[in-house]
Amino acid sequence: MLASFSSANAASAPVMRFSAEQCCLSIAQFHLAYAGKAALRDLTLDIPRHRVTAFIGPSGCGKSTLLRAINRLHDLNESVTHSGHIQLEGQDIHDATMNVTELRQRVGMVFQTPNPFPMSIYENVAFGLRLQQRLPKRKRDDIIEWALTSAALWDEVKDRLHRSAWQLSGGQQQRLVIARTLAIQPDVLLLDEPASALDPISTLKIEELIRNLKSQLTLVLVTHNMQQAARVSDYTAFLQHGELVEYGPTDQVFTNPRLQRTENYITGRTT
Amino acid sequence: MDITSDTHSQHISRQFNQELEELKTHLMAMGGLVEKQVQDAVFALLEGDSHLAEKVRDNDRQVNDLQLQIDDECTRVLARRQPAASDLRLVLAVIRATSDLERIGDEASKIARNAMLLSESNGNVRGLVEVRHISEHVRKMLRDALTAFARFDTELAMQVVREDELVDDEYGSAMRSLMTFMMEDSRSISSVLSIMWVLRALERVGDHANNLAEYVVYLVKGLDIRHSDPDKLDQEVLKKS
Repeated sequence: MLASFSSANAASAPVMRFSAEQCCLSIAQFHLAYAGKAALRDLTLDIPRHRVTAFIGPSGCGKSTLLRAINRLHDLNESVTHSGHIQLEGQDIHDATMNVTELRQRVGMVFQTPNPFPMSIYENVAFGLRLQQRLPKRKRDDIIEWALTSAALWDEVKDRLHRSAWQLSGGQQQRLVIARTLAIQPDVLLLDEPASALDPISTLKIEELIRNLKSQLTLVLVTHNMQQAARVSDYTAFLQHGELVEYGPTDQVFTNPRLQRTENYITGRTT
Repeated sequence: MDITSDTHSQHISRQFNQELEELKTHLMAMGGLVEKQVQDAVFALLEGDSHLAEKVRDNDRQVNDLQLQIDDECTRVLARRQPAASDLRLVLAVIRATSDLERIGDEASKIARNAMLLSESNGNVRGLVEVRHISEHVRKMLRDALTAFARFDTELAMQVVREDELVDDEYGSAMRSLMTFMMEDSRSISSVLSIMWVLRALERVGDHANNLAEYVVYLVKGLDIRHSDPDKLDQEVLKKS
């Protein structure tokens, strides 16, 4: 992938830039504050299409805030103010013409704790589809099978689609939630610590799933687990105190970071 | 981003600091032993001291044991700590360095074997001047490479890389003069061949010292300069700092 490093960002941070054709999401000079207290400062970051981009950083650095901002989850919180731009495929997500429901169809989100609805496995996956459009049952069944297969869950649940989703294990529930998101065919999948509540084997299954999904969509992953970021992502962004410190290819960030601050964080040193 | 020799002692986990510190200490101990092996082997040859030569051959086992021990420590750090960035580069550099040090140990052993053969031969041995000259040169390279490793000194490391070319030239010209000795006096062929093997071993020691110096640059700057053109290297190494 053609991309270049630029020092245009504040304080000449080593931040990778992508060309407009490669960009799925483009964040520019984005500020966000909770009740006047800045949580994200002057963030400029390009997220390439069909790649896995990981956000890493200490607690409170703003990585989850940024992820939620991409999905406009702060809309209902009146104490949140923001400025700057987030563009999805060239369109500003805060634009008056952008419908927030449509945005969330295009940008799916998965949270730390699996949150299946209290209904059957089948109905969980069908839920978004039913809201989106009326489909003949055959067609809907096909999409549900495809979504569950894409989420690497089909073989484990195909015989009990009409049982309660709450009977599934934590790892299966998380994959079910991913299947529910995939069913409405988003362009982007935001994952906020998707494996932190799971056992190691379920974690590996989620990671394998992330790798397989990137041929279909763009993934953005927030994680506290640095080895996980190193294992699954193509690009890694390190955030600290609401600022983007370093952003580059994961291979480089984990073998030879450009900045001491990044090095200190990923190698567990005191800063 | 360059690192310094105390970079590896700033982890939140003190145990991890200690493990990395031990890797460095053990590598330096192995380096010291190998340096002494080369020195003793060359001394045994020049002075015809077959006892010392025998001791060098015996000590090679210690070098091998140290290689196994340090490799084992590196494996443990990789498995338990999953090091990243400069920590990862340190472990990789140490693994590579032990392999080169062990090979230098083997070369010292070869020199000692030839020293034993030559001590049994009667008459004048030709080529000792060349051995003395080249051995001094490669021993300095080895010492500098180890010092560069201990101090994370890329400048000294680059000096070693440049020296290696000079050693190669000296080796070539020594081989040519030894060839003349053989042509002049066919009775000297066997002893001159032994000297040639010794020079070959010394030249290899220089190559391994050069490798060690390259690992220092990798460790400090994250720049892999193996198989690069030495003339262009200096600029590249300076540019990154």
